[in-house]
Amino acid sequence: MSLDTVKHASETPDSEQPWKELGLKEDEYARIREILGRRPTGAELAMYSVMWSEHCSYKSSKVHLKQFGEKVPENDAMLVGIGENAGVVDVGQGYAVTFKVESHNHPSYIEPYQGAATGIGGIVRDILAMGARPVAVVDPLRFGAADHPDTKRVLPGVVAGIGGYGNCLGLPNIGGEVVFDECYQGNPLVNAGCIGVMKHEDIHLAKASGPGNKVILYGARTGGDGIGGVSVLASETFDDTKPTKRPAVQVGDPFQEKLLIECTLEIFKEKLVAGIQDLGGAGLSCATSELASAGSGGMRVELDRVHLRDATLSPEEILMSESQERMCAIVEPEHVDRFLEICEKWDVIAVVIGEVTEGERLEIFWHGEQIVDVPPRSVAHEGPTYHRPYARPEWQDALQADDAGKLPRPQNGAELKDQVLKLVSSPNQASKSWITDQYDRFVQGNTVLAQPEDAGMVRIDEETNLGVAMATDGNGRYAKLDPYTGAQLALAEAYRNVAASGAKPLAISDCLNFGSPEDPAVMWQFAEATRGLADGCLQLGTPVTGGNVSLYNQTGEVAIHPTPVVAVLGVIDDVNRRTPIAFAEEGQLLYLLGDTREEFGGSAWSEVVHKHLGGMPPAVDLDREKLLGEILISASRDGMIDAAHDLSDGGLVQAVVESCLRGGNGARLVVPEGLDAFTFLFSESAGRAVVAVPRSEELRFTDMCGARGLPAARIGVVDGDAVDVQGEFALSLTELRAAHEATIPGLLA
Amino acid sequence: MTARIGVVTFPGTLDDQDALRAARLAGAEPVSLWHRDKDLKQVDAVVLAGGFSYGDYLRAGAISRFSPVMETIIEQAKAGMPVLGICNGFQILTEAHLLPGAMLRNNHLHFICRDQKLRVENTGTAWTSDYTEGQEIEVPLKNMDGRYVADERVLDELEAEGRVAFRYLDVNPNGSLRDIAGITNAAGNVVGLMPHPEHAVEPLVGTGKTDGLGFFTSILKKLVNA
Repeated sequence: MSLDTVKHASETPDSEQPWKELGLKEDEYARIREILGRRPTGAELAMYSVMWSEHCSYKSSKVHLKQFGEKVPENDAMLVGIGENAGVVDVGQGYAVTFKVESHNHPSYIEPYQGAATGIGGIVRDILAMGARPVAVVDPLRFGAADHPDTKRVLPGVVAGIGGYGNCLGLPNIGGEVVFDECYQGNPLVNAGCIGVMKHEDIHLAKASGPGNKVILYGARTGGDGIGGVSVLASETFDDTKPTKRPAVQVGDPFQEKLLIECTLEIFKEKLVAGIQDLGGAGLSCATSELASAGSGGMRVELDRVHLRDATLSPEEILMSESQERMCAIVEPEHVDRFLEICEKWDVIAVVIGEVTEGERLEIFWHGEQIVDVPPRSVAHEGPTYHRPYARPEWQDALQADDAGKLPRPQNGAELKDQVLKLVSSPNQASKSWITDQYDRFVQGNTVLAQPEDAGMVRIDEETNLGVAMATDGNGRYAKLDPYTGAQLALAEAYRNVAASGAKPLAISDCLNFGSPEDPAVMWQFAEATRGLADGCLQLGTPVTGGNVSLYNQTGEVAIHPTPVVAVLGVIDDVNRRTPIAFAEEGQLLYLLGDTREEFGGSAWSEVVHKHLGGMPPAVDLDREKLLGEILISASRDGMIDAAHDLSDGGLVQAVVESCLRGGNGARLVVPEGLDAFTFLFSESAGRAVVAVPRSEELRFTDMCGARGLPAARIGVVDGDAVDVQGEFALSLTELRAAHEATIPGLLA
Repeated sequence: MTARIGVVTFPGTLDDQDALRAARLAGAEPVSLWHRDKDLKQVDAVVLAGGFSYGDYLRAGAISRFSPVMETIIEQAKAGMPVLGICNGFQILTEAHLLPGAMLRNNHLHFICRDQKLRVENTGTAWTSDYTEGQEIEVPLKNMDGRYVADERVLDELEAEGRVAFRYLDVNPNGSLRDIAGITNAAGNVVGLMPHPEHAVEPLVGTGKTDGLGFFTSILKKLVNA
């Protein structure tokens, strides 16, 4: 096939083009022709198709996402907001932290190992591109039913991929979630988050300015993997009738990425780059157009200089390739030699592929012939915007009317005991250590807390003991019942988890996983969830720094539960003051903080015991969450509590069992006045935590709660080797441990 | 006076910073060594840290073993310089034939990360003198290829000469023969083990125990008193 140059395109306006196969709609293709005043060349078509895909352009979601930029709380910590590779917040002592959560859902279903591995690789490069050293990763994961045969294909592959890649990079994996629900059967959610740390002055932005500056592509060679991954994979619903899409999944090389990290950090240290961007979704198309678009001028690229793994690749394929472990830097001419020298030191291939120009066009050449001549903004920042129709689904009322409060409840101690065992051994509530033990949580030597703690925490300064914490949460069942409340509950839970660890919540990132935006019901869920999240962030004072939207998570007509996953980042001045979940000291007093109501809609109990989903999710009171957070942080700082565990899915009994098993101590519990044993144990009311208070601190602690108006009920004591709910039942730790720890290996090992 | 402990960074080494920190916390002067550089910068001892040097491609440790820095280390180790290989470092030492045997993929085929109990079997080496014979310690273990194997004759010889330095307790996490977690050469200056003592040197991070610090205080005392 002859080269489709700009000249050729102008001369052959009527040539048929495969815009449909590349995922473009007819009106989008027409718009490209209008922008260019001619038909696009093959290379231009490739670029527009990937950059205007749902995954890259946020065309269906951005009308809703803009709330995150409008409802911004007063927050001095924000240094870089939405729109860059990742947001950046100030954590004090001259340090800045960048963090983000992204999805790699579709690739991970097709090829679990590589899909999950490259998800880690991509998020780590996003963080690196901000100028930060990556210091930890987290993985919120959702799979189909735990006992479904395909889960046994997908989950072990995903876990091995996360481990295989993350472990080899030397990043501790400190948190995340593992959730099972049949709604994720054909659409597992593989989200990945990363935290990076830098000094304020080291923040780097993705822009190409300064005509004459060189464009350097460095890292792995470009190959044929992941071509069209963005448009073909992430933006289309799975359908059994189409051919397999395996070739569109990228293949990762964590060793190359480790070299890229160290090499890039050394380059940063010597201040050799004027702008930098990682190559992820949409590869070079994205990096060149975004850098040029965000910068002042144009860019000229000699595409034939790109170092290739496969010499037969066409220019279109090179532009679309999503080969991993690549970065693109803008470097002033006098720094180029030193830049290349550092790359050589780390055995990283680096090639000058072009330069920043005076003009306002992105021009790409192939052996001297021009194949791309576009305004970069039209590719990167002026993609289509859709105002998709949305409507509250007609089934929503019936779902909410199906009140979980009416389900039959356990009638006596024996039935309670039986249901507690069922709960703590159910796949969602069981120990996930079989999974998390496949991740390195120790590397770098700064891990203070890791799973199964409420939040992961790493020390970022060895002298001052400054640390950061992160928790990720989401509950698709709650969000299905009420997307607005569900999104706020995810936010509240992650916020509470961070506070329970002793850290002060600062800001959030989100990964919004939904079905097809072409379905008005899904779009309504999305609109409601984003509205809930934006309102919630405003109220809690935690801005959204960035995130990711994953749509089309559905098989045929059936969408996943709306699943907004929220990552909250917190800071702690002295990691010595962190609060673990373990009940480690016998004799300490257990206090239940917050109000417990009869709230069972979407609860773990309703799922495990009745396979039921209906009613309303627990009510949200964000002012209460804030107060609870302040109490948990103060109590941790002043040594008033030795353990804290947030209450969420599974309620109080789940939290107590986890804290007892972690600490190797039992607990004697008394049902407080005004509550029945069942509600006490299983309710999932939000805004609650259980804490262990040393006897010497009891008065000081209860005085503080009383003065601040936070309900605190003494519910028992750390004691013995059983969870003993007085007058109801007792379960030995041995029995609980066996039930809690056997489930996951039994299903998956 | 103190001693200089060098830690080698190969491409893909991950726990070099941790090993440097451990050396510092023990009171030694930590020195970074680079794989392409034959010069050991006059260090008194060398730690080959954990990680995935060269991505574990071909075989764990198989490529690093041929790097320029290893030429000097192999030569010096044979002349008595203390060398500690942790995890990937242990794998490199076996590839370099400074220690016998080899590491295969864990018998359960998964990467495993856990707090691991060990028994110190030999306190006569350069790296273990601060422990007591039979002492039980807990340090993190994290590896994919950690199953120690050797033929029966070598194993018998190791046992007979007291060269099994550490054994797994409670759980054998990877199928290592005779529960072997670490070994020493006959002279006692070269020690290798799969678990990570450098991750257990501070009460706050890692396992919350400091059971691994003894490796670094042992070598420091030996070097300073020498």
